[in-house]
Amino acid sequence: MNAPSITSSAQTQAATKTFDLKAALGDAFRTALITFGLSIPILSFKTEQNGADLFLRSRWDLALIITALVFGLRLVLHAFTASRSYRQATPSPKQATEPVHAEPSAFQHVSKFAIPFFLGVALAFPVLIYFVQGGLNESRYWIDLGILILTYVMLGWGLNIVVGLAGLLDLGYVAFYAVGAYSYALLSTTFGLSFWICLPLAGILAAFWGMILGFPVLRLRGDYLAIVTLAFGEIIRLVLINWTDLTNGAAGISSIPRASFFGIPFTAGEGGFAQTFGLEFNGMHRIIFLYYLILVLALITNFVTMRLRKLPVGRAWEALREDEIACRSLGINTTNTKLTAFAIGAMFGGFAGSFFAVRQGFVSPESFNFLESAIILAIVVMGGMGSQIGVAIAAIVLVGGPEVLRNLTFLKAIFGEGFDPNEYRLLIFGMGMVAMMVWRPRGLISERDPSVVLKERKAISGSLVKEGHG
Amino acid sequence: MEIFVQQLINGLTLGSIYGLIAIGYTMVFGIIGMVNFAHGDVFMLSAFIALIFFLILTTWLGISSVVLALFIVLIIAMVLTSLWGWAIERVAYRPLRGSFRLAPLISAIGVSIFLSNFVQVAQGARNKPTPPMIRDVIVLFQGESGYNVAISYKQIIIMVVTAVLLTIFWYVVQKTSLGRAQRACEQDRKMAALLGINVDRTISLTFVIGASLAAVAGTMYLLYYGVVSFNDGFVPGVKAFTAAVLGGIGSLPGAVLGGLIIGLIETFWSAYFSIEYKDVAAFSILAIVLIFMPSGILGRPEVEKV
Repeated sequence: MNAPSITSSAQTQAATKTFDLKAALGDAFRTALITFGLSIPILSFKTEQNGADLFLRSRWDLALIITALVFGLRLVLHAFTASRSYRQATPSPKQATEPVHAEPSAFQHVSKFAIPFFLGVALAFPVLIYFVQGGLNESRYWIDLGILILTYVMLGWGLNIVVGLAGLLDLGYVAFYAVGAYSYALLSTTFGLSFWICLPLAGILAAFWGMILGFPVLRLRGDYLAIVTLAFGEIIRLVLINWTDLTNGAAGISSIPRASFFGIPFTAGEGGFAQTFGLEFNGMHRIIFLYYLILVLALITNFVTMRLRKLPVGRAWEALREDEIACRSLGINTTNTKLTAFAIGAMFGGFAGSFFAVRQGFVSPESFNFLESAIILAIVVMGGMGSQIGVAIAAIVLVGGPEVLRNLTFLKAIFGEGFDPNEYRLLIFGMGMVAMMVWRPRGLISERDPSVVLKERKAISGSLVKEGHG
Repeated sequence: MEIFVQQLINGLTLGSIYGLIAIGYTMVFGIIGMVNFAHGDVFMLSAFIALIFFLILTTWLGISSVVLALFIVLIIAMVLTSLWGWAIERVAYRPLRGSFRLAPLISAIGVSIFLSNFVQVAQGARNKPTPPMIRDVIVLFQGESGYNVAISYKQIIIMVVTAVLLTIFWYVVQKTSLGRAQRACEQDRKMAALLGINVDRTISLTFVIGASLAAVAGTMYLLYYGVVSFNDGFVPGVKAFTAAVLGGIGSLPGAVLGGLIIGLIETFWSAYFSIEYKDVAAFSILAIVLIFMPSGILGRPEVEKV
């Protein structure tokens, strides 16, 4: 999609003339009324518990505030669309009559600078935080947040192979994350294998599970495939809870060995990391090492994906995403293509899971519920399915955003002391997924351009269909 | 034997609740071909609406007759949940007609996450227990070992209400002009629109009917279990979807049949095998049915058109 053309002042004036205030007010009023109707039971009354009894506390003020808010937003939306719909009603003469040459959009120009910028910030992050916070121990919170965000970036990139490139909606991705985490946890606690041996093993095992689970579901159509992967994800979680002999059930596996610096442990004593490199011992060394570990793992994921996109299998994935029937008639083996996407996506999920286990030192089935899958999917969807940088930005905003908001003190002054943005995180994820599908189904940041072009970039017919114009 | 009969009664009760939810899935799938992932959470929301109005009626307005209160609660819950169903379709699904195939499903997952978190934020994360509304049971017969086979009044209420509402619903779909319009849209939406059927309105009404039946299920669930929490929508929702798929998605009698089968399997599995793996059983049935017989028991095989 090109940037909207610049309208002349005359057009804008005409547009404002078509804005019917009465109709807009009427519609906003109706919307507000519906909102009020929706909020009657759930928002206006809160059930509270006093001993064994439930009682109700009414809070009509909240319902009224939300209603007024919706009224205002709807009015603004009307004023906004009144001008835009005018623009859309007069299509440009070029539209649909001659092949549209898709020029690199503004976002692509930005991403040219954005990628080195993000990479630089990511590499220098611990150093920056060290100087901003003025000490190793003070920067612990921020480095931990960085690790968390990078874990989600890696998971998002892994899932992006399956969802964004191959177009298979996988709602059970967290199962592979769980396989990776439990592989490391079990192998290290029972056989005493080190992290560096378990990491590839965890990836291989997760890929293996991806093949096992992927094989029966591949001939299903899109939404059935999604539901079956959801079922598999839940089955794996329930088995982890109930197979207590192996997994210790809901209590989880604790005291998982920590990662070492390529064989040198992060301990204070003789032969530890600090002593070997002549540093003063600090527990933060391990945390910073973990930060760089997940950064490298995430970058490997990205690198492999970018290279795979240029290989025949990657092109087959993208072709499959656009049109499966056309793919089959052109002789692409869809089963193998889907299976490789599943297995490679699962493998990166396994690596991330193994990292999760070594960072936490503790795994339990509750970390791998459907909500986790949904969060990763939300990151991929909001980043624009198929876009690598988009997924990274979405992970930063969606995971890091609530944490940053939590530290803004003025929000507490507005919303009261108990305000915690993390509570509203999933609320925003849900609304964001709907909003993305309604307004920008192909992502906020980037477009899903074909990786391979012949001579010049052209708008492919698929891109028009996907936006709902086709 | 006594255990078998008892589990049969319990299974049928549970199955009627699943069947009511499954109709919402199967109707929406039949008419616009999407999996309404948020339907389970609409069900959970309706249970909360029922809970709140039950508390208003009994503690604030002082209605002492539980049956009267339940009746009023059922009506209110159906109306308000229908409003939610309508609003969700209007906001999240209608703009996506003609978008790519997975868009409605992703949007529905978004709605599902939104609804469960909305209820969590608005009502708190803890389980909400209600005092038992109806306690009486009828002892059907006593076994030799002293095991009483009993059917409780609430089980009777659940089965009767389900049967009555299904009959009304069946009448609506088979005999009224709305039902004809629905079936026409199901067969060929474009042709139906050419013949003067308001397709958008018909689809909206499908969501409204689905949501109101989910509200019945929600009220019955609250009556049966006496407790509800914000994440109660997911597992019953998946089980009801399993029921819809097992019965043949798109087929209304299939949804009820599937619901009863799933309810029976779940109770018998818990009684004779292991209660821990009862959800695994439901999820496995879902996967097996989708993989090996995607058209279900009563459904028509799907033909892929190019």
